[in-house]
Amino acid sequence: MRLNDAVIGAFLLLFALAEIGYTATFPKLHGQPFGPDLFPILIGIGLGCCGVVLVVRGLQARARPFSIGASWITLGDWAANPRAVGNFIIVLATLAAHIPISEIIGFPLANISLLFVVLLRLETAWRPAAGLAIAVTVFIHVLFVKLLLVPLPSDPFHIFAPIDDLYAFLRGLIVNPS
Amino acid sequence: MEAFLAALALVFDPFVLGVMLLAAVFGLVVGAIPGVTATLATALLIPVTFFMEPTPAIAVIITTVTTAIFAGDIPGALLRIPGTPASAAYSDEAFALTRKGQAELALGVLLTSSVIGGLVGAVLLALFASSLAEVAFKFSSYEYFWLACLGLSTAVVISSGSAVKGLVSLLIGLFIATIGIDLMAGHPRFTFGSAELSGGVSFIPAMIGMFAVSEVLRFVTTTARGRADAPQQPLRRIFAGVAPVLWRYRLNLGRGGLLGAFTGILPGAGSDIAAWISYGVSKEFSAEQRKYGSGHPEGLVDAGASNNAGVAGAWAPALVFGVPGDSITAIVIGVFYMKGMNPGPTVFQQTPELINAVFISFFVANLMLLPLGYVAIRLSRRLLSAPPHTVMPIVLVFCVVGAFAINNSMFGVIVMLVMGLIAYVMEENGFPVAPTILGVVLGDLLEESFLASMIKSDGDFSGFFSRPIAAALGALTLLVWLSPLLRLWFRRRST
Repeated sequence: MRLNDAVIGAFLLLFALAEIGYTATFPKLHGQPFGPDLFPILIGIGLGCCGVVLVVRGLQARARPFSIGASWITLGDWAANPRAVGNFIIVLATLAAHIPISEIIGFPLANISLLFVVLLRLETAWRPAAGLAIAVTVFIHVLFVKLLLVPLPSDPFHIFAPIDDLYAFLRGLIVNPS
Repeated sequence: MEAFLAALALVFDPFVLGVMLLAAVFGLVVGAIPGVTATLATALLIPVTFFMEPTPAIAVIITTVTTAIFAGDIPGALLRIPGTPASAAYSDEAFALTRKGQAELALGVLLTSSVIGGLVGAVLLALFASSLAEVAFKFSSYEYFWLACLGLSTAVVISSGSAVKGLVSLLIGLFIATIGIDLMAGHPRFTFGSAELSGGVSFIPAMIGMFAVSEVLRFVTTTARGRADAPQQPLRRIFAGVAPVLWRYRLNLGRGGLLGAFTGILPGAGSDIAAWISYGVSKEFSAEQRKYGSGHPEGLVDAGASNNAGVAGAWAPALVFGVPGDSITAIVIGVFYMKGMNPGPTVFQQTPELINAVFISFFVANLMLLPLGYVAIRLSRRLLSAPPHTVMPIVLVFCVVGAFAINNSMFGVIVMLVMGLIAYVMEENGFPVAPTILGVVLGDLLEESFLASMIKSDGDFSGFFSRPIAAALGALTLLVWLSPLLRLWFRRRST
């Protein structure tokens, strides 16, 4: 999705004004003419100036009807392709929902399901998709949960109990070979 | 000498060598998959390095990047699709050789020049970084302020596309850096009552979002599908015929290495820009200019050496001043902070063995590249058959787990998602992402050094030019700022 420079410029200008307005409420450093507000104000001024330049550029582009960026919004090829739009939404949903779903059904099951769905969506056949989803989840479980001790949401169904047992057995062999 | 021996012991530890080997394999695999860049590979590695000691963590990053940058040449030469942007400059040339039935020669020349270029870069890094650190010890807040300004300005000037969009990108990064508790006055800025934002925007999840998530989003919205197959040429005698080519173009090899290392030192200019410059210089000064584009190995020698030398070059400003040379070293600086170390001259004094370990890791990684690169070329048909539509969902779940693992909180995942979307929208609209990253990394240094200098000089701006090095850096920065105007003026004068 390509926006006309004027649209981005106007957004930057509004953002800059809001940022400067909010920053003006910051306190000054004791005995100094500047404080924590100085840099944000300078950044706001910079963004505002760039916003004005982009608005001018965008309006100039609109004056040339066949130039790139002549329309306010140019949707990419993918926006007309329902499959690509679906891919985009599914990827974002997977990212946003992964950990919350994991907290309900546990990381292993959530990861296997979500990875399987995305793989299928991106045209991997269901058998390799299922195999990969399981293999990758086992790898992440061993690497992050067992080796690196990352507290990924725990699994109420204990589906990886055999893997945990195997890991404990192998670890025992390495740590206490006798 | 004592530090060097200690560093040798650190790097030649079986665990460190083992993880370097794994990192080399990882780098070769991901580098050979078009669309998966060396930066993305580094971003994915951070959650794992988070749990390592500093030496293996840094050695893993060095090895991955060194091998990934070369691996990008494989699909470039065989399919005309560069695996990483650093191979884009000469993919056409390498593919032209393949079309002439000389894929073995193309890949052999690229592998050996990558190794030699990488070693040249490592030598220069070892020679210059320590000397620069001696100078950096004399730096005060004035010099650091100008250095940060110079780094940020170069990143904007060098970035592709419009300078205004580069500047917007930089200002977005600087704004993100201001979020959190202000260090001078202790005032919360733009936190809106969120305890998690008080510590600032988590750097690593932001990086994972900007490099990895945006890449995945771009991939899944690409409507073009289908993959070219690697040509059915034998890939066995990879080193046959390479020695005469390298000997004939030995000066190009040295020039590519030097140019790459020095380009890498420039903030914002990494291996990809180094390769473009070297290929351009090679063509410009060649006695056989007409052969370029039709499968001539001369440009491959220059540019192949240059991009691997650029990897090491970019580490010099990162180690000495804490100013990243490219987006990969921006991530490295994040790893340093994660390990409780502030990159800068004090690291050279406090942990000289670690600095020496960085240099040694570069040598080991480049030497590892020769046999492993050979194996990767032999297996290239299998490597290239790894379909990106299967790899990208796996990258996605690693992003989620990685962003979560940094602070063991959902907040990291949210930061990653938001930053990924911002980077995606920015790139769709022609805004380069690298200045944002540099802004996030250098924002604190810029602000702190500015405020400290103002307090020191009692609000007098002339203080910024009161010391010789500060004045020189200041003049250089002003020159970079004025460069667009000067360019315009020269262009008008010539017409």
